[in-house]
Amino acid sequence: MSQMPQQAALPKCPSCAEPLEPGDLFCGACGYDLSAVPAPPADQPTLTTTGAPDGGVDWPEPEPATTGGTEPRAHRAADVPGTDSGGTPLHTPEPAASGVRFDRPAEATEPTEPEEYPLQAPDPRAEPPAQVCVACRAGRVDGDGYCENCGHAQPRERDHMERESGPAAAISDRGLRHHRNEDDFTVAHTALPDGSPAALAVVCDGVSSATRPDEASTAASRAAGDVLLAALPRGTHPQAAMHEAIVAAAKAVDALAEAPDGAREHAPHQNAPACTIVASVVASGLLVVGWVGDSRAYWVPDDRSAPPARLTEDDSWAAQMVAAGLMNEAEAYADERAHAITGWLGADAYELEPHTASFKPDRSGVVLVCTDGLWNYAEAPEEMAEVLPPDAAARPLHAARVLVGHALDAGGHDNVTVAVVPFPTPPQGAGSA
Amino acid sequence: MANFAKPGGPQFSVDVYQNEYLPEGGREVNAIVTVTARGGTAPAGPGASAAVVLMVDCSGSMDYPPTKMRNARDATAAAVDTLRDGVHFGIVDGTHVAREVYPGGGRLAVADPTTRAQAKQALRRLGAGGGTAIGTWLRLADRLLAGADVSIRHGILLTDGRNEHESAAELKDTLDACAGRFTCDARGVGTDWEVKEVTGIASALLGTADIVADPARLTEDFTRIMESTMGKEVADVALRVWTPVGTRIKFVKQVAPAVAELTDRRTEAGPRAGDYPSGSWGEESRDYHLCVEVPAAGLGQEMLAARVSLVAARPDGSVQNLGAQGLVRAVWTDDMAASTSLNAQVAHYTGQAELAQAIKEGMDLRRAGDMDGATAKLGRAVQLAGVSGNADTAKLLAKVVDVVDAPTGTVRLKAKVAEADEMTLETRSTKTVRVKK
Repeated sequence: MSQMPQQAALPKCPSCAEPLEPGDLFCGACGYDLSAVPAPPADQPTLTTTGAPDGGVDWPEPEPATTGGTEPRAHRAADVPGTDSGGTPLHTPEPAASGVRFDRPAEATEPTEPEEYPLQAPDPRAEPPAQVCVACRAGRVDGDGYCENCGHAQPRERDHMERESGPAAAISDRGLRHHRNEDDFTVAHTALPDGSPAALAVVCDGVSSATRPDEASTAASRAAGDVLLAALPRGTHPQAAMHEAIVAAAKAVDALAEAPDGAREHAPHQNAPACTIVASVVASGLLVVGWVGDSRAYWVPDDRSAPPARLTEDDSWAAQMVAAGLMNEAEAYADERAHAITGWLGADAYELEPHTASFKPDRSGVVLVCTDGLWNYAEAPEEMAEVLPPDAAARPLHAARVLVGHALDAGGHDNVTVAVVPFPTPPQGAGSA
Repeated sequence: MANFAKPGGPQFSVDVYQNEYLPEGGREVNAIVTVTARGGTAPAGPGASAAVVLMVDCSGSMDYPPTKMRNARDATAAAVDTLRDGVHFGIVDGTHVAREVYPGGGRLAVADPTTRAQAKQALRRLGAGGGTAIGTWLRLADRLLAGADVSIRHGILLTDGRNEHESAAELKDTLDACAGRFTCDARGVGTDWEVKEVTGIASALLGTADIVADPARLTEDFTRIMESTMGKEVADVALRVWTPVGTRIKFVKQVAPAVAELTDRRTEAGPRAGDYPSGSWGEESRDYHLCVEVPAAGLGQEMLAARVSLVAARPDGSVQNLGAQGLVRAVWTDDMAASTSLNAQVAHYTGQAELAQAIKEGMDLRRAGDMDGATAKLGRAVQLAGVSGNADTAKLLAKVVDVVDAPTGTVRLKAKVAEADEMTLETRSTKTVRVKK
């Protein structure tokens, strides 16, 4: 727990370092939304290791592909080891984990149990809609979203979004340097035809140099989420569903470019709206990821003695250089072109190449699905694992807050979005609805 | 009572041109606010609620040369001819005192074929003789206009000499008293008048100022003024500027069609809001430059630096919001490309305002005998006029200086400059051109 950076940051405002008072919802000086970095939980050891059912139930074998034009390849973890940035393969499978056990009654894993969050900041949206400026706390907010007293723009809904669905949770934050949030996400859960649970998360990062990047990320994350939610209950193989979802997301972003531009700002450069996408589905013992661009998925086992791994390979200049053997990783990422992306969703993308991969981890853990606003501050899987609280699987929303807090404390130069999806998916009802 | 706010009045719109991006620690927000009024009622409509008083200088100097008085009479007669039926009007004979020429009796006539003919008849009796006390003319015009039950009140003032028979303070008091009660265009005929007096009257009463060096062109000019006056539909419009706490308005000025400083003419209008007068409006478009100093905020922050709306005074003293508004924003970014770029409109009008200032200072220095200073200032003016494409001002400058190289602003003062050219440049130095689209 000592690794959690936000504990050290409080009780100062993470945005302007103004000392805070207990019970503050927003910083009295700058109006920063303090719910973005919640007060630290009581420092008591949390013993939950995973939400896995007892007895080491056999996960069903992945069904063969039933829909979609592509032939999905299902891999065992040993077949396609996820490689981390150092080239270290994802750990090889070990005998079925009989070591998964519960240290306390199952109902104690209920994350909404009040004592789990003794110091959590109350949700500001639960307050009565008193439209008082969050910056000066004196003026009312006018119809344009500015304070009638100090003129400050009020936080918009997208500045900080938190959502939980089933076992998974996600947070998106504007960060500290950008004036709007161009990331978006979808987090959802459903059930397969056999009744087993499935959880999914989609994260998109709008490309700032294009027009309307915020609309692109919203369109893509919604479209991909809708396809997955429709395909998984029909029995579509998760990897095939993932492929379909990315294709649908690309179409949704393409459609934005065709939309009439009449009432919009006439930017001199007319770059079509574009965004990256990364998504993960956890269902029937499989961990499926799919991506285009430089947003990433990481795997962090609950047992921290096992190595974490990065599951995606960036569509970026640096990654291409490394893959082609022209530069080593250090050289490539030091180059100013390192973060130029070579793949994205958008009408001006050269060719859509949805990457998908399927894993069958042999132990419990969590999948982190995030934008570069987070991984810039924890690039290596080991760094990511270090930031992630040990109880991430049981308290995914809390884990996401810790990760976002880490990025903000480190500077928050970009929008920060992360989704936390536990593997395996706990049976429905065990997680918070 | 005539209601100018009737449906069918002009629709106002407000457009803001600015670079809202500020660098870290940036505090100054500049914006060009374009106010456009369009789509008013049919031309015959609004005339019914307008009143015009023509003030004609009849001092002794008007007889030298004798054509001047004759031209003034002819021009006034032509102006009377352009009055639409139903417009209230009167003519004032201005010397060291003001006298009603037509219709008399402390009231105004209503234009129709009969009254127009009577007015022209009365003009023939106009003769020159006496001094010049412009304040008395304006006070009489104010009394006459106040008696008319109309919404648009306008004066047209013609003078050929200096305001010699009252003190500058008296004239200033009169202008302060009349400001906001009626608008007034001022014209100087010949070259014996004082540029600062005529432009001062026009600026205080929110009208135009110009020189008519050749009295023979008076008719043409008066006809044009009258047509513009007949086109006015809404009187007493003000720019209402709201700014948040902690900000300071550095300046507000009209920058098109001419530069006019408005910063000191603010009247408070509720919390953190102030009104800046803009006079009466027909179908037209004007640009304003607003400069606001805001407290520095962190990167990624956004605030509203100013909200600009339009209000019109109602006859009962209340104000009516004209609906349109524009937002001037400030967004702090670490994107250098965004925060360092200059908005084209802001850059253009900053240059135009500097042009007017350079001409004013250059001509003052030239009069004071500082030829080096004058050359530097007017050289800068030539450079600015060239860059911004202000061809009219460039032409006027070329009559005062010999341009050696316009792009570098290298000029030589002309040894001999016609007085009319000098006065024309000074009077028209505030005229601006709009950004080439």
